[in-house]
Amino acid sequence: MAENCPIIETRELNVCYGPVCVIDQVNMGVEPNRITAIIGPSGSGKSTLLRCFNRMNDLIPSFHMSGSVLFAGEDLYDDSVDPTEIRYQIGMVFQRPNPFPKSIFDNVAFGPRVNGFRGDLAALVEQSIRRAALWDEVKDRLKDSALSLSGGQQQRLCIARALAVQPRVILMDEPCSALDPISTQAIEELMRELSNEYSIVIVTHNMQQAARVSDYTAFLNPREDKISELIEFDQTRQIFTNPKDERTEAYITGRFG
Amino acid sequence: MADRIPGRFDRRMRRRRLEGQIFHVLCLLSILVGLGMLAALLLNIFMEGWQRVNWSFLTSFPSRHPEAAGIRAALFGSIYVIAVAGTLAFSFGVAAAIYLEEYASRNWFARVIQINIANLAGVPSIVYGILGLEIFVRFLALGKSVLAGGFTLALLVLPIVIIASEEALRAVPSSIREGGYALGATRWQTIWRLVLPQAFPGILTGVILAVSRAIGETAPLIVMGALTFVPFTPDGPLSRFTVLPIQIFNWVSRPQEGFHEAAAAGIIVLLVVLLSMNALAVLLRNRFQRRMEG
Repeated sequence: MAENCPIIETRELNVCYGPVCVIDQVNMGVEPNRITAIIGPSGSGKSTLLRCFNRMNDLIPSFHMSGSVLFAGEDLYDDSVDPTEIRYQIGMVFQRPNPFPKSIFDNVAFGPRVNGFRGDLAALVEQSIRRAALWDEVKDRLKDSALSLSGGQQQRLCIARALAVQPRVILMDEPCSALDPISTQAIEELMRELSNEYSIVIVTHNMQQAARVSDYTAFLNPREDKISELIEFDQTRQIFTNPKDERTEAYITGRFG
Repeated sequence: MADRIPGRFDRRMRRRRLEGQIFHVLCLLSILVGLGMLAALLLNIFMEGWQRVNWSFLTSFPSRHPEAAGIRAALFGSIYVIAVAGTLAFSFGVAAAIYLEEYASRNWFARVIQINIANLAGVPSIVYGILGLEIFVRFLALGKSVLAGGFTLALLVLPIVIIASEEALRAVPSSIREGGYALGATRWQTIWRLVLPQAFPGILTGVILAVSRAIGETAPLIVMGALTFVPFTPDGPLSRFTVLPIQIFNWVSRPQEGFHEAAAAGIIVLLVVLLSMNALAVLLRNRFQRRMEG
């Protein structure tokens, strides 16, 4: 698929919640320092797949899976792996901005603090907020509540918060779906910027967004039995100009979904 | 209005508006009934007891002579007992709620516990008095002390604190927990730094309610063996004691008119203690909320 080794790789991944299976037989790799988009119709298990990458699904009691997810070649679901340990290396930005009800500074400082960061916290916070392209808007009000920010600013704050623990991968679960077009554009530009240093996986139901920002695209689609499979995974250009599977073509041309 | 275009639903509109007004008036009447009763009660008590509330009433011990009788022992007893009960109920209640909401898995066992806590909240308080008598006074040999009284009242209000704290924890959106976990916080860090601060105002509300109930309780403490005539302030956790409601009850049941005035004055003192404790808690809660939303 690619020249160098993927940072995250799934093998025969199969996920169920209780008796209901969501995705089946997913094999894909996330390339380092690239943006990988996961697209597909509602309920096709995009978020479920994404949440396998940082073991967020562990919080759901009925979750179980088979197959494996490798992070930098190591099995993420090995018994010896503490999910807490890998979550700061694989950051996550959620669909709805979820700033903590604390000051802007404390939001960004939260990750470093819980992980026992020793060093210049103020400098790290500033650097993280700068990278999230939010610094000029908040530099004079770091002590203000994060809840006083607009939705787009809150989402960039959440990105800054994720950056502050210096992750290797950033997972984004429909990060723009609750935002207006201008904020969306800001976040997309930011993602392009960040992809120089981070590997990014974004779930989106917006195909234009996937086409605009991503390098690779994975298309999930439910089968007859409602369980989703990975229909196609390739370079974004390929998927959108010359899809190999007719279901991919039908989806991206808007014939269903 | 006059040359408004007639609409198809005009007739219904008039009726709907009338229904709304009737409901409005009904609600207003309900609150007036409640407030009226409260006002009558307070007025009655204040008329009878107001002239008795003075410094010597607060600092005197009970007496055979109605005009010399004071509330000091009961006031101190109540404060001590509530301090013990409030501290215990708060710590155990919040810890239990955290366990049930954040740690326990949602299985039949957790459900059984939950149902039983709700049941405990409905057990008559006198039953807790018997429990306190058996366990704290006799088995643990604490005697009929401040400590035993505090423990008994703590048990009595514990279910209320647990249920209110659980509600408060449940009201913290799961997105906050996920946000914490996604940054590598452990479960404890997430609870301590994110969930608890946000749930705290709600927890405090539950504790206010619980303590307000405890301070007015008489039956369990009488069963437990609190005294009715105490000419001393408690000098330690194992000292014997009385509390305001018991003292009031004692005065009310005397034949002399003077004691009835003392009882009314005692009720005023009890109300003041209750309201100032509530005010303190509300103040604390508001400060906390402001800090959160800043």
